[in-house]
Amino acid sequence: MPEKPSLHLSPLDSAHRKLKARMTPFAGWEMPVQYEGIIQEHHAVRKEAGLFDICHMGEFRVSGPRAESWLNTVLSNDVRQINPGESQYTLILNDRGGIIDDLLIYRITEQDYLMIVNASRREENYDWLKEQLTDNVVLEDISSQTGALALQGPLSLEILERAFPDQKQFPKNRKIMKWDIFDGAESYIARSGYTGEDGFEILVPTELVTQLWDLILDKGKTLGCVPTGLGARDTLRLEASLPLNGNDLDQKFSPFESAVGFAVSFDKPEKFIGRERLRDQKAAGIERKLIPFTMDQKGAPPRSGYSIAIKGEEVGIVTSGGVSPTLGQGIGLARIKSEIAKPGQAIDIDIRGRNVPATLQTRPLYRKSD
Amino acid sequence: MSYPDQFYYTESHEWVSLEGDIATIGITDHAQNELSDIVFVECPEVGKSVTAKEATAVVESVKAASDIYAPVAGEISAANDELENDPALVNTSPHEQGWIFKLKVTDPAEVESLMDHSAYEKFLKN
Repeated sequence: MPEKPSLHLSPLDSAHRKLKARMTPFAGWEMPVQYEGIIQEHHAVRKEAGLFDICHMGEFRVSGPRAESWLNTVLSNDVRQINPGESQYTLILNDRGGIIDDLLIYRITEQDYLMIVNASRREENYDWLKEQLTDNVVLEDISSQTGALALQGPLSLEILERAFPDQKQFPKNRKIMKWDIFDGAESYIARSGYTGEDGFEILVPTELVTQLWDLILDKGKTLGCVPTGLGARDTLRLEASLPLNGNDLDQKFSPFESAVGFAVSFDKPEKFIGRERLRDQKAAGIERKLIPFTMDQKGAPPRSGYSIAIKGEEVGIVTSGGVSPTLGQGIGLARIKSEIAKPGQAIDIDIRGRNVPATLQTRPLYRKSD
Repeated sequence: MSYPDQFYYTESHEWVSLEGDIATIGITDHAQNELSDIVFVECPEVGKSVTAKEATAVVESVKAASDIYAPVAGEISAANDELENDPALVNTSPHEQGWIFKLKVTDPAEVESLMDHSAYEKFLKN
């Protein structure tokens, strides 16, 4: 047997094996890619609910009297805009304005914040943030003591009401609250996710996450809740046109070139990292933009790295692609020359040497009905 | 699912069923299970000549595209048009309705040098 690099195991590892999950290496972790099947799990999240293990994601706590102004120097967005109990999508940029990571930050109290970062960037982020640290700010990586689950889908709230009949209150969209589900153990519940559906992300101490996993699956079963893996997480986020760091987001590209310019605030008083370059870029004009597309016909799915042309002239590249289980056809995200990056524009995608027609679209491709 | 004992098998998990000099080729139950949800199959053009181990068809699962190799040399004599509308046949009936292409083989003896079902099952165990 070839020597494998050692992978982190989720605290839910034995739960996944009991469910006969197919495991895959992901961002240094061994995680479930699917249980019964990606398409089936995808539909469950769109119609009922799915439960994801997201223990691989990183959690940082930032606190102290100068936390707010420090965060405004190391993150692209303006944390002054969020009150305790609220969240914000934001970015860690390098000094060239390239995206190191995208994340949600939660303001827990005035001086206490929680950041949920991508597993693949956890150590890099921590080292980078640590280098920028100033007095009166405390940065802690609490990932190893934090277990996390995402319950996603239209029946998520109903499932939690059944699982926790004593809970009178659940957070509203984009909000977070402390949750006293396990006597005194520090837990949080947030109304958020990465699927385009209603749903919750729940943080509990690592040693309690299996208990929470089993309880939600047990109470959710009759409502159609199933365990869901990374495969469905990818198809769901792609339909919702949510970018994935490493595919669609990259240190070589700025937020404006990545459809996440809304997470950049030039209005805040602090000079955040990357600000000058972004200012210049905005003034000079953005060369490339990230935009979703759909294939015009059923057929071979587009894949990351395929090149895109118009009348034989190369105009961009597919950054993420696949088959949409909801639409039954190929979809993706592409980085395209700005002047043609408009919804309705016809493009050709080079699939194994053939030009296959596709059309640029408005994001998101999939939007849940209210 | 069992592996038919009249088939031949490759290390890249294709099966071959030989009748005269016409070989029918598909992917094994093991392969379809590994790939899981198959969403598209690109079949080769009829009349095309292929060499042994040449990438000849493409099977796309939700996650990725995988090449399917010609087990032996020959000329493509048919492609399974049913897969255009229902690529999942490769998952539900890998050894029958989910066949991918047929090959008029140059040398039928070449097919007999492939693994038989018991050799393939042993190969899977290792």
